[in-house]
Formats: sequence, C-alpha cells, structure tokens
Amino acid sequence: MYTASDLRKGLRLKIDNEPYVIIEFNFVKPGKGQALYRTKLKNMLTGAQFDRTFRSVDTFEPADLREKKMQFLYKEEDKYCFMDNETYEQIYLTEDQVGDAKNFMTENIEVEILLFEDKPIGLSLPNFVDLVVTEAEPWAKGDTVSGTTKPVKVETGYTIQVPTFITEGEKIRIDTRTGEYLTRVKG
Amino acid sequence: MDYHFYLARKSQALRARARLTQSLRAYFINRDFLEVETPLRIPAPAPEEHIEAIPADGWFLQTSPELCMKRLLAAGYPRLFQISKCFRKAERGRLHLPEFTMLEWYVAGFDYQKLMAQCEELIRSAAAESAPGSLKRSGRSISLTPGWEKLSVAEAFAKYAPVSMETALAQNRFDEVLVEHVEPRLGAVKPTFLYDYPASLAALAKLKDGHPAVCERFELYIGGLEIANGFSELTDAAEQRQRFDEALKKRAAKHWASYDMPEKFLQALDALPPCAGAALGVDRLAMLCVGADKIDDVVAFAPEDL
Repeated sequence: MYTASDLRKGLRLKIDNEPYVIIEFNFVKPGKGQALYRTKLKNMLTGAQFDRTFRSVDTFEPADLREKKMQFLYKEEDKYCFMDNETYEQIYLTEDQVGDAKNFMTENIEVEILLFEDKPIGLSLPNFVDLVVTEAEPWAKGDTVSGTTKPVKVETGYTIQVPTFITEGEKIRIDTRTGEYLTRVKG
Repeated sequence: MDYHFYLARKSQALRARARLTQSLRAYFINRDFLEVETPLRIPAPAPEEHIEAIPADGWFLQTSPELCMKRLLAAGYPRLFQISKCFRKAERGRLHLPEFTMLEWYVAGFDYQKLMAQCEELIRSAAAESAPGSLKRSGRSISLTPGWEKLSVAEAFAKYAPVSMETALAQNRFDEVLVEHVEPRLGAVKPTFLYDYPASLAALAKLKDGHPAVCERFELYIGGLEIANGFSELTDAAEQRQRFDEALKKRAAKHWASYDMPEKFLQALDALPPCAGAALGVDRLAMLCVGADKIDDVVAFAPEDL
C-alpha cells in the first residue's frame, strides 16, 4: 500500500482495477491548510490522461506490473505474436497495445512485454534499432546543400526523414523514443 | 550531479537572499523591535490539524516560534521579531521545504488591519535593495506601489471560485478550491491580502468583533505565492484550550502524533495584551526577489542535495 507521501512522478498505481502512471506531480499546501497532492495520471491501458488531486489520508494500491523479455514472432491480421524464448509461451498484443512500436519491429526482435496482473498490456522497445531502407529516391546530382533531408521507407513500412546521401539497401539506426534517424550503419 | 558548478550558479540568488534577510532585520531594528532567539526544540508544539512536527529526542522541532514569542509578549516585551528555522514533517514541493526560514514578529496594541499595513511597509522596504520597485513571478513583475489589494476570503471565492466559501466549507473542500481556483489568481498584478478567514480556520486568531463567523486573520499573496500569515491574537486562554482540544482530537482521528497541551503558554495567555503577529516565509520572498521558479533555487542546499 502506498500513502500520499509516496506519490511521485513515474509511480504506478492501481485505481478502479486499472493501472495508472503518474506523469506530473506537485505537492501543494496552504500554510495552515491540508496537504494536497496534485497529479496528472495516465491510464496505462487506454492512454487517457486526467488530473486528480489526492489528500494526505488517501492510500493507494500499487499496480502489479512487471516486464518480461520476449521475441516478436509475426503479425496475424491485427494481432502481434510474441514468444518467451525460455518457456516457449506465446502471447498476443493488439494493434492498439503495440502502438507506434510497430514502426520499428522486425521479426525476431527482442522486446520487453509489460504485464499487468500477468496479462500483457504493452511493450517497450530497445532505445535504438537498425532497419534496412527499402525505398529511397536516388541522390540528385548537384544537391549539395547540407542539412537537407528526404523521406525514405524502411523495412517495417515506416517513412522517416534522413540525410539525402542515404540510398536504398542501406541500414540506418533509429531512436525508437523519438522515431528519428540517428546514423548510417555500416555492414 | 556536479555540485561545485550547481552551487556556483546559485551565487546571484544567495547574495540576493542575504541582502533580503539583512534588510528585513534592519527594518525591525530601526523601529525598536527586540530580536529574540527562542528554542528550536520544544516539548509541546501548538496542536494544529494540518501541521505535523518532526520528533527530536522526545520533544519536537518547532513548526513556528509562536508560543515562546507570545510568552515573552505576555511578560511585557511589546515589540519582538525573530528569524528562525521552522520544521514541518513531510512538506516538500516546489514551494515547500521541510526545513525553512520564517520571520515572525509581534506588536502589542496592533490589530490585524494595522499589521497588514506594516506588512506592506516591511516588504516594500526590504525589497528596495534586493528587487527595487517590483517582485517577479513566472517572468512577470508585480508592482509594490502603495494601495495593495484587499479581498475577504468570501469575496475572493465569489470572484474566482466556482463555489462560494460557505459551500466549499460545507463540502469539506475549502483547501482544494482555494488551491485550485483562488490562490493562483491572487497577487498577480500587485500583492493581495486575503482576510477574514472562516472561524473554523482561526487557529490562534481572535474572532472578529461583532462577526463571530470569521476571525481576524489574513494571508498575504504575491504572484500566487502565500507569503505571510497574520492575526489579531487570541488572548482568551479558555477558548484557546478548547481549540487545541479540537485540533488534538482531529489529529488523533488520523493517527498523527499526540502532543502535550502547551500549559505554560496557556497560563501566560491571560496576561497577553491585545496584539497582532505575523509569520513570513523568507525563502518564498527571496524567490520573488530573484524571480525563482522553485524554493530550491534560493537555498544553498535542499534536503536531496545533502
């Protein structure tokens, strides 16, 4: 059980049987008045955000959340299948649960599956992934302005802005947190 | 963290803070106030429903120097001030430190109206060196020219809150509504005194003559920050004992520490002359002098830095 003084940014709570994470936190208190804990909460199932103020007498249930390394196997209709390489257990996430991560997932990539009360609810990717460029306009001769970019498509189907010198078939490194190009990968 | 660099960067704020405490002190010394130092560790803090003291070897660290200073006043010292550390358990936020600096002063023969006027003069005089003419909050300046705003608590709720003061009290939501809707709007252009608090929030203040539903208590807000709290002091020992009893019951109901009744203070109270006193948060006033965003910026070390 958490008490109000445990509240802080990043803490995960169970409210009305759903997991929430505190994304903003502020302690406020009129000098002679009661302590109030103002939070912005994000529902970890739906992504919905809302403001909520707690009092010092409130108590909170921790959300039973854990992460487990699993391998992405394949996509079938709107379901994504992952496997635990030790137990061979397979689980599925929906398109919504996978969210933007689908832009960076290739078959066999290892991800952290987030479990709430042992049920899979989402995943987190490695911070960096290397993907092959599958479609790119050829480099236009004479285009020497540095800092200019062009859109290319990578093997997952994701379109990304890269420097103009990147060509089809090359591998590039992407930051999965921002979705942005980092560097060209040799080999 | 590179603390050497971090502390060096605070130089301007720490210098402004030092000038501020020096000029606050000068204000009182020039007006024949006696500066006192009362013990930080005390056996029986004033029982308050929402202020929790930190235990210290069987006694407690003071949450305010109020009781000792009033005992001095009752013994015949008419003008007193003190700049001291106060300690409040589990208070930590952008505007809160569990150990903070309080200026507390008392004037025999004053009521809360006179004290509000003095508060205005004090801050204008103290800011003259650190922040001439105006204070800063969220990048905006707040003018200190005379004629500060005065709003009763009921008026402020009517003006800014979706519910009246009476409704908020009846729904046990006074603090929530105050914090959410009223405080952020107070003292935005020039400082605002919020006064005539509901009698249930009187603490150690006297009830208003002819209007016992409110008490002679005020709070000064500048740029949405609560800076000072003052009252015409309650001088009736029986009534004060009853309020302390009620506060102790409320504290017990939420399993907060039980305090001994401050008997020596209550004994002295009947000899307390009519007087008024205020407590001012020095750290927060320093924040306004330098335009700091959080209280950590105006102290050398926050608890997490130790």
